[in-house]
Amino acid sequence: MKLNNLDFDVLNAVANLKNIPSGAVNIRKDGEAVVRSSSSNIKISSHPEHGGLVVEIKPGTKNETVHVPVILTKPGMRDKVYNTFIVGEDAEVTIIAGCGIHNTSHSDSRHDGIHEIIVKKGARLKYAEKHYGQGEGKGKRILNPSTIIRIEEGASAELEMVQIKGVDDTFRSTVAYIGEKGSLKIIERLLTHGKQRAESDINIYIEGKDGNAQILSRSVAKDSSEQVFKASLTGKTSCFGHVECDAIIMDNAKIKSIPALIAEDSDAVMTHEAAIGKIAGEQLIKLMSLGLTEEEAVETILNGFLR
Amino acid sequence: MLEIKNITMAVDDHGENKEILKGINIKFEPGKLYGITGPNGGGKTSLAKVIMGIYKPTEGHIYFDGEDITDLSITERARRGIAYAFQQPPRFKGLTVQDLLKIAKPDIDNNLLRKTLRDVGLCPEDYLERDLDASLSGGEIKRIEIAQVLVRNAKLSIFDEPEAGVDLWTIQKLIHIIMSNYKNNDKAIAIIITHNENVLPVCDEIILIKDGVVAAEGRPDEIWPLICDDIECKKRQECRGEMIYEIK
Repeated sequence: MKLNNLDFDVLNAVANLKNIPSGAVNIRKDGEAVVRSSSSNIKISSHPEHGGLVVEIKPGTKNETVHVPVILTKPGMRDKVYNTFIVGEDAEVTIIAGCGIHNTSHSDSRHDGIHEIIVKKGARLKYAEKHYGQGEGKGKRILNPSTIIRIEEGASAELEMVQIKGVDDTFRSTVAYIGEKGSLKIIERLLTHGKQRAESDINIYIEGKDGNAQILSRSVAKDSSEQVFKASLTGKTSCFGHVECDAIIMDNAKIKSIPALIAEDSDAVMTHEAAIGKIAGEQLIKLMSLGLTEEEAVETILNGFLR
Repeated sequence: MLEIKNITMAVDDHGENKEILKGINIKFEPGKLYGITGPNGGGKTSLAKVIMGIYKPTEGHIYFDGEDITDLSITERARRGIAYAFQQPPRFKGLTVQDLLKIAKPDIDNNLLRKTLRDVGLCPEDYLERDLDASLSGGEIKRIEIAQVLVRNAKLSIFDEPEAGVDLWTIQKLIHIIMSNYKNNDKAIAIIITHNENVLPVCDEIILIKDGVVAAEGRPDEIWPLICDDIECKKRQECRGEMIYEIK
């Protein structure tokens, strides 16, 4: 199966891909792998039972990137996949995931991606996952990603999850276990509009001594969209954890923000900050006094906020 | 030229109609630096905001270069060449110093960006990429505010208490920059709202606003005697603290 221009539009939106990248790559379209190649350090294969991906990154691999985007273009497509990523000891890699749906039909398109990520001792991972939907039909574009990540001793991971446009319904579940001196940073950027609904449920367990976790969420809810953000941090030992959720609410939107801190050790240091509010009038006036129109000012503020 | 004609502004104060500005008439001419002073709550900032279009007057008209701009929006006034440095500039999450300067002056090049920041005493290396959020101190955000008005090189620039919140060390430098930009610029009008005893005497004209009216207007030598008692430090003799910086 070849990839057409429309496919590349969607691939570009979720993974900045204008053509097929060199190195390890797997592009999944409408439920099957249409492009797959491994590199000498990164092996991509199919799981013998459920057929999902197994991405194995050799210990010590440096500065390599794996692309594993998913696109749905068939109307009414329902796709569910289990992927496993193993980042070998002391490796330093970037995984670009992401899912784009093009749906012009009146039936729903849905992708449930279940990812298990293991970051081995001393490894460093950057993981980016962007969600995007397009198409004028009444059929919903639904994405339900689920991620379980284990961070071993001295390893670190940065997860960046972005959903800015076109996804009607999403339930994101993220669970993380952090080992000794392990470190995790989750960055979420979300914009919902129309009647979209988005829920994110994050549970992080810091199990190893001196582990640390940070969750930074910025979201904008427009029109009559709804957002629910739940982030729970559990510190089982001496550790550091911080949750920050900051939301701009507009029009008739609804936002629920529920950060939770659970300390099970007197040396666990945990903090959270949560804020919901509309764009401050002073900010709009300031930008308008520099010559922007009100619409341009709103756009500038939102773009900056979600950057 | 900016002409304020019979500007009145009233606000609703808990159901009561309260007049903040009561029939203000002033002519601001190009090539002059104006100092507006007067007690707190007298209407200085309200007048500045009426000029920028942030507040709507209940009566009166504003003419800018012959055009009646009374009904123009903030954006339209900005595009016609009016700039306003806020007394308390807002902060932005996710916008950098550089972003804001580029909005203020879209065709700004890298050299001018850096020069503008250096002029207000901020090192470009440290500040260009800084977020305009709560991590900046009051003094820093104020200098950035002044920088983005200076860089616009507007026909009319209003500085609302540029010295407020800025450390003593920096005030003189900021004032000097404002002065050197406007003192001999025959095309631009600058208005500084200030209580600063070093700034007022070097303005071309001082306007004293009190209780919503122009209480006095004239050259510094005419106005200074009327206000110096309120502004100058009365304890200087006893204090014996020397003035370190003084504009001569």
